[in-house]
Amino acid sequence: MSKEYWRWPEYRRTVPGKDWKDAKVVSAGVDIGSVSSKTVIMTDGELYAYSIMRTGSSSPDSAQKAMDWALEGTGIKLDDIKYTVGTGYGRVNVPFANRAITEIACHARGANYIWGPTVRTVLDMGGQDCKAIHCDERGKVTAFLMNDKCAAGTGRGMEVFADLLSVSIEEVGSMSLSVEKEPEPVSSTCVVFAKSEAVGLLRKGWPKDMVLAAYCSAMASRISELLEKIKVEKDFVITGGIAKNVGVVKRLEDIIGFKALPMKEGFDPMTAGGLGAALFAKALYERSAQAA
Amino acid sequence: MITAGIDMGAKNVKVVILEDNKILSKGMILGGFDQKASAEKVFNETLQKAGLSRNNIEHVVATGAGKDVAPCANGEISMMGADALGGAFLFPSARTVIDVGAEEGRAVKCDEEGKMLDFVINERCAAGAGTFVEAMSRALEVKLEEMGPLALKAQKAVPMNAQCTIFAESEVVSLIHAKTPKADISRAIHDAIADRIASMTRRLGVQRDVVLVGGVAKNAGFIESLKRALGVDLLVPDEPDFVGALGAALAPMRKNGEK
Repeated sequence: MSKEYWRWPEYRRTVPGKDWKDAKVVSAGVDIGSVSSKTVIMTDGELYAYSIMRTGSSSPDSAQKAMDWALEGTGIKLDDIKYTVGTGYGRVNVPFANRAITEIACHARGANYIWGPTVRTVLDMGGQDCKAIHCDERGKVTAFLMNDKCAAGTGRGMEVFADLLSVSIEEVGSMSLSVEKEPEPVSSTCVVFAKSEAVGLLRKGWPKDMVLAAYCSAMASRISELLEKIKVEKDFVITGGIAKNVGVVKRLEDIIGFKALPMKEGFDPMTAGGLGAALFAKALYERSAQAA
Repeated sequence: MITAGIDMGAKNVKVVILEDNKILSKGMILGGFDQKASAEKVFNETLQKAGLSRNNIEHVVATGAGKDVAPCANGEISMMGADALGGAFLFPSARTVIDVGAEEGRAVKCDEEGKMLDFVINERCAAGAGTFVEAMSRALEVKLEEMGPLALKAQKAVPMNAQCTIFAESEVVSLIHAKTPKADISRAIHDAIADRIASMTRRLGVQRDVVLVGGVAKNAGFIESLKRALGVDLLVPDEPDFVGALGAALAPMRKNGEK
């Protein structure tokens, strides 16, 4: 089998220097996206561990695997977790979750946690959809818009291009920025048409970085339409896998004339939804404990 | 008068040579890497088949997405105009001509003389064009020409949730994993594209008779799905992919007021 260039690295991480046994509440957020599954473990509302992996053909299995991996080596058992919230496209298929909450609410809440109360616009660029969310100083959603009908402007489209050009998905963004002159974008409305345009450009002798630049800029222009509709307010942040693609982020910032806050050290933008879910889990646990 | 129509489609180049209202010869070739060179080749072959040389042709009219690079054309007509002329020539009762090509879907309203009155078009999304079926045939591992006959063997209507071609590819793979019979999946694919073409056509108004042309009109599974989606019968010519080229070849005669 040929190399799969779209395959981004799966990984897990435990925040060093913390003992979960000191915590009163261990909560979890499980975000089952259409492309990636993320589990976030929090101790008293602070990030403790997370895992990011590819979603398989079964959502319950993916949820279980992502949870097992997040817990790996921590000594935490599923029973030690007081409350788990499922989110994402597969949120109702998380067998051990106490509750499901939409990823829109979770991304806003998670972005509020990562970047602080000044965040007003969250752009979540996921595997098969893209959402623009407005929120208040507590991370509560006030409005949102999404595209989940079309692959243009989603991570899936970028994966198609990584494969087409045999460039690892992690390098696509930086390679696209190495062009001397910015080319005209390819079709921003359909990935299939963009792909046939790109094949034409390669035949004409365009180097890979130029073709990638033409695609990253098409993707940025597609996403900017969503942001223009909802109107970007400061502070603006980007979550989801495409937040790691500097080629798209830079061009998007140029189009909308706004800079996103830089990624925060120690956080992965793909885990924002899971973080929000784990925070909701803690709050829900405390409420239920109070009631009891 | 001898005329030629060249339809420079997104996938294939089609040529029709007419003497008055009689077809002398026709030819088709894959546009491929160099569409212009392919077009020249098929044009010359079609001339030979009719026993003619370029000098015998009074008007060469180009149409299709690549009409600007058509060889020796001295006139051009829009794809919609060509659809209307060609559709009404073959079926004088036609009032709506639906053309589904490789990368575009169109619906054209016309009068009994083949004059275009109005049209709608989808050129922005592959899900409403032949490319969609092609991509799905790859996902399903079924030859493109077998897709239609396979759909006709379906036992059940399985819904497709994805609209986008890229997302539909993954959905087809999931359906295969779920052990859905290939015939049912094939029907779901044709229903999906037919729904899109039908809703586009309804924006124009579905006025009978409805003629279906373009390369995808050769697909029997699609014809059935579109009949169901529109709720009307469809008239389909024998060689639906040549209708655009035929319309282009007819254009000079219509201009001269001949019938």
